[in-house]
Amino acid sequence: MSTIKVVEGSEAVALAVKACRPQVISAYPISPQTHIVEHLAKMIADGELETEYVRVESEFSAASVISGSSAAASRSYTASSSQGLLLMTEVLYASAGLRLPFVITGVNRSLSAPISIQVDHQDAISLRDSGVIQFFVESSQEAYDTHIAAFKVAEDRRILLPVMVCMDGWILTHSYERVSFMEQEEVDSFLPAFRPVNYLDVKDPKTWGSYAEDDVLMEFKYAIQEAMQHGKVRIKEVFSELAGITGRDHGGLIEAYRTEGAEVILVAMGSMVGTVKDAVDELRSKGKRVGLVKIRCYRPFPYEDILDAIKGAKVAAVMEANFSMGSEGAVGMDLKAKLCGRTDSPLVIDFIAGLGGREVNKGTIGEIVQKAEEVLNSGVPLQESQWVGLNPTILA
Amino acid sequence: MIMRITLGSVVKGRSSLDYKTGGWRDQRPVIHEDLCKACGQCEMVCPDNAVHVVDKTYVIDYDYCKGCGLCAYECPTDAIEMVPEEK
Repeated sequence: MSTIKVVEGSEAVALAVKACRPQVISAYPISPQTHIVEHLAKMIADGELETEYVRVESEFSAASVISGSSAAASRSYTASSSQGLLLMTEVLYASAGLRLPFVITGVNRSLSAPISIQVDHQDAISLRDSGVIQFFVESSQEAYDTHIAAFKVAEDRRILLPVMVCMDGWILTHSYERVSFMEQEEVDSFLPAFRPVNYLDVKDPKTWGSYAEDDVLMEFKYAIQEAMQHGKVRIKEVFSELAGITGRDHGGLIEAYRTEGAEVILVAMGSMVGTVKDAVDELRSKGKRVGLVKIRCYRPFPYEDILDAIKGAKVAAVMEANFSMGSEGAVGMDLKAKLCGRTDSPLVIDFIAGLGGREVNKGTIGEIVQKAEEVLNSGVPLQESQWVGLNPTILA
Repeated sequence: MIMRITLGSVVKGRSSLDYKTGGWRDQRPVIHEDLCKACGQCEMVCPDNAVHVVDKTYVIDYDYCKGCGLCAYECPTDAIEMVPEEK
């Protein structure tokens, strides 16, 4: 039994968080994330949610509060965007190292300068090395389901890492969508109470944040990588267990969409995936052999699953709303690194699309596929990222 | 015995008394009892609580004194002398 309602994406997330019975929520406003913590505040004011709601004075504090509360054995949550996520950076690295399993919604927005409130993935991508697990979602329904899975993944005793659920600002957070909600009893049986291995206890004092020298620091970092590697297995199990309850299967670490027999496979994540699916359907109906790989879990990076989905194709066209200045897009970089030296893998072309909220429509996707086909026909690979829709007439 | 790393580098709580930080010292304070008026300034200013009263005289606990020299600086009768540590 489930309830279906048309809700704002932010409310869907707030309802997911509420259903997970968080004991501590820290909140600091920043667009486009603010509606999530506002919805949670209203639930508390209306007596629907009992939790410690801490209004902090910065995102650094927002992350620090849930780092402390998570260490005190409380299921903890916060949300932020853009500069706010960057301000959390130091705390997120430390929390991953301390193995604190809180959940953050990373509502994607571009980074200054120039300042903009529009969506791209630069904020979350800048945290990819921190030890935080990162999921990207396509719809409000997927955002709802993924938040419920996120706490279970984070709190798994062989993982114990912060989890960030990344959702595109405005496009998902501020649009209304039909969302199916789980019953509270279903969430409770899927997600038991948080029972951490380590926790702050006055009766059994422990040292947190201890110093590590060159003889042990490497091993502590390797332990995080081991947890990430275990995550690749466990995340699939958790997603599949949840799908069994809800009847909604969004896929595992990736979703392969019409990849069978595809020559060109687009690789994308976030809300643009919905548009790509429509574009793929249209191109397929015109006889073009095009498919899509949607990355649901970006860290740990599921290269085995991606390789499996793209190995029959000739070109993998990575579409990404981020750029590593001086190099290329982060997802293209990850994929190329893992494909390097393999003889069974397609050519990878990196396309930068959608920075600062620039529209990615079916026309944009058509251009990308056309470019990929040109490369395929000419046989000349493209080393540099292709900035799709760049307007050369306004470049100074 | 092999010491294994712990989850999140969280370890059993211990006391700072276990860490004898006196080894960091490069100068040691020496009290000249003939000049000492037992005013207690040294005990008050010591940041490491390393000056104690034993049998009505002031003694320095060299297990924890880091040799900062505050006691010598504050002593109103110049009864404390900082002597370089030598092997």
